[in-house]
Amino acid sequence: MKLNYRIVIFAFAIVFGLFFSAPSLLQMQDGKKVTLGLDLQGGLHMLLGVKTEEATKSRIKSIAASIKHFSDRQDILIDELKFDESSISFSLLDPDDTKSVEEFLKEIDGSNISVAGENFSLSLTPEEILKTEKQAIDQAIETIRNRLDQFGLAEPVVARQGEEKILVQLAGIKTQEEEQRARELISRAAKLELMAVDEDRNARVDNMSDSDAAAYGDIILSDVKNPQIKYLVREIPILDGGMLTDASMGFDQSNRPLINFKLNAEGAEIFGDFTGKSVGKRLAVVLDGKVYSAPNINERIGGGAGQISGNYTVEEAKDLAIALRSGALLAPIYLMEKRSVGPSLGADSIKASMIALMGGFVLVIIFMMIYYRAAGVIANIALIANLFIILAVMSLFGATLTLPGMAGIVLTVGMAVDANVIISERIRELIYEGKSMHKAIEDGYSNAMRAILDANITTLIAAVVLYAYGTGAIKGFAITISIGILASMLTAILGTHGIYEMLESRIQKSKNNRFWFGIKG
Amino acid sequence: MEFFRYTRTFNFMGKSKAAMIFSIILVLASYAMLMTKGLNYGVDFAGGTIVQVKYDTAAPIDDMRKSLKSNELFNGASITEFGSVDEVVIRMKSTTGSVTVDIGDITRAALKDTGNFEIRRVDIVGPKVGSELKEKGIMSLLLAIIGILIYVAFRFEWRFAVASIVALVHDISIALGAIALVGLDVNLDVLAALLTILGYSLNDTIIVFDRIREGVTNSKNNDLEDIINESVTRTLARTTLTSLTTFFVVFTLFMLGGEIIHSFAFTLLVGVIVGTYSSIFVASPILLWFGFDVKGYHVKLASKAQREVEKQRMRDQYESGVM
Repeated sequence: MKLNYRIVIFAFAIVFGLFFSAPSLLQMQDGKKVTLGLDLQGGLHMLLGVKTEEATKSRIKSIAASIKHFSDRQDILIDELKFDESSISFSLLDPDDTKSVEEFLKEIDGSNISVAGENFSLSLTPEEILKTEKQAIDQAIETIRNRLDQFGLAEPVVARQGEEKILVQLAGIKTQEEEQRARELISRAAKLELMAVDEDRNARVDNMSDSDAAAYGDIILSDVKNPQIKYLVREIPILDGGMLTDASMGFDQSNRPLINFKLNAEGAEIFGDFTGKSVGKRLAVVLDGKVYSAPNINERIGGGAGQISGNYTVEEAKDLAIALRSGALLAPIYLMEKRSVGPSLGADSIKASMIALMGGFVLVIIFMMIYYRAAGVIANIALIANLFIILAVMSLFGATLTLPGMAGIVLTVGMAVDANVIISERIRELIYEGKSMHKAIEDGYSNAMRAILDANITTLIAAVVLYAYGTGAIKGFAITISIGILASMLTAILGTHGIYEMLESRIQKSKNNRFWFGIKG
Repeated sequence: MEFFRYTRTFNFMGKSKAAMIFSIILVLASYAMLMTKGLNYGVDFAGGTIVQVKYDTAAPIDDMRKSLKSNELFNGASITEFGSVDEVVIRMKSTTGSVTVDIGDITRAALKDTGNFEIRRVDIVGPKVGSELKEKGIMSLLLAIIGILIYVAFRFEWRFAVASIVALVHDISIALGAIALVGLDVNLDVLAALLTILGYSLNDTIIVFDRIREGVTNSKNNDLEDIINESVTRTLARTTLTSLTTFFVVFTLFMLGGEIIHSFAFTLLVGVIVGTYSSIFVASPILLWFGFDVKGYHVKLASKAQREVEKQRMRDQYESGVM
């Protein structure tokens, strides 16, 4: 017996395989482990779309709000400030103000402004609309990520998929309730608006239709607790959640949960100005289109802090504070794809595929031993090493093991054996031709090599395409197949060759081809 | 142990005509199957919803049907057993776009009074995602085939490449026909299985082709039919053994892998059988029929060797400073 470079590399590969697969196999605390896919451990996978046209709409709305605030501050009287989905129009009562208004409007990025006498109209340029839509997606990803990071699940995945889809993966969701909470947190617009109640007309709100309200520049919103209660509020908000700097859960005097929020300097100023001018009127705190409270303004409120009270549970208040803190979604999101797997199904899948893996594996191993004798045992060593290496590489790279991935491993077992079958058949052939043992082994390997390489590379091509074009679970299949093929080149070709080289003198001496290769002679 | 001892050459190519007729019938039957019965696209490609429900006792399918009548979202929903009597799968065409209240939640609410159950899986695939997945699926099949074609043409010769692709198309067609025949739901896992068949069948074909290439290069005999027969016979032991071991593995997967991996395993099972057959009886005869020119190949090899020698001579001369 003598050492050779092949057996040394093979030994290193085995040590590597054992060492790095140990954390996953033994469920150790430390060390990198294979991540189980959502289909195996249970969890929620969602592909979300963004209604980007809504982002444009709300951009228009906030420009309208800033025009309103500007004119109020400068004591410019404007009339018929109106906006629809893509444009704003208004007119001035005093033509002398035209210049200063024009200057103010020029500051607004990406807008087309047209002036006809005292009549102004403003719309967004196509580039600006595209930019707004893109921003809405970026912001949605950022916001959802922020929210989920604070939700308390381990390693939530939030990523862009394609141009405009958002991939959300939450592993380890255990219960229906938890899933529901996560979904509500993700999709919540969390759009906070402080709006003025139209006190002149509010008394008549119950007899008004939406179009009646629109004629006055108002909208009708209902109360969050009691939808029967309606409020007539000015459509253009005083300010919105974009000026929020912090939100947290607190408790009121009777120990009910509520949410405290703080505004930034600009927001505090606007808020102060408004409350100063509106003493005796009501201010509606509107969240996602519902009125949470409408307190009377008793005095000018400086400092920019406020509260949202409602009938929350502690958990709801916590989630709401997270949502507000992470910022509002500029545009609503909708569900494009969802795959939710309960933990019990995942466990069943692991069990079934483990049984299949073990069953197939044992069958192959027994068959190889009977058919090839010692050569079969050598092939089996390579096969087992192969399994460990696959697991080790996957653990090291933090790859995800999915159900199709399991099937991939099962398949690799079948295909890794192939290399050894080809080699053994070649060696048998050469022995029959009467070649010396050394020549039979060396030529057997070199003859088999071309075929094995070509076959493996073509399978690898298919696997790479599968990885590039596949989604989710299928990617997992491509990964295990690819790693399995590469590992099998190391174990089934290099490793077994090393073993033969080491044992060559013994095989030669024994002359027992039946024992070594399962053939007569 | 030995199943095949190489003593005499089997005349495989003599049977190639009969095999071809058999293959053509099988492929035509598959296409007829695809045309008449068609593929049963599952939610992954057609869009729709799957809700898997497990009851404490046998699933009350009649009660479930009644309860699902309440909402027109469930129009055309089908309820089928899944692996055991207490577990069922509800399939429907409709999907919903709301994140907080989706069709799974609506189903849960509708089934509320049918007994004690747990919803184990909800798959919702919107129409847009479905058609995207389908597009990507077809793309991946085509790209894989093109990639393989280029590689084989580069490593062997264009006739080898075309012959292997014909064998691949043959295998995939028959596998699709079988899928249509048993009415399997075509989902992403079936696509993965088809791509695996692609790799596997090619594996087989290439091993045989490699032998043929070796035979062509080394043999003094210029008769391609003899060379092919000899090469196929010599790889017969390997072909059978590998097919057998792979078959074992896939078969255990099929039997023990559970309902969720069933379609995947079934497709592979068909693929392993057809792939083995096609590498012997489809790919090799095509090579023969394309009139692969052994003599020409020999001449080409000889001139290539000649060029190498020439190059080496020039290099030697250059290095020794003659030029």
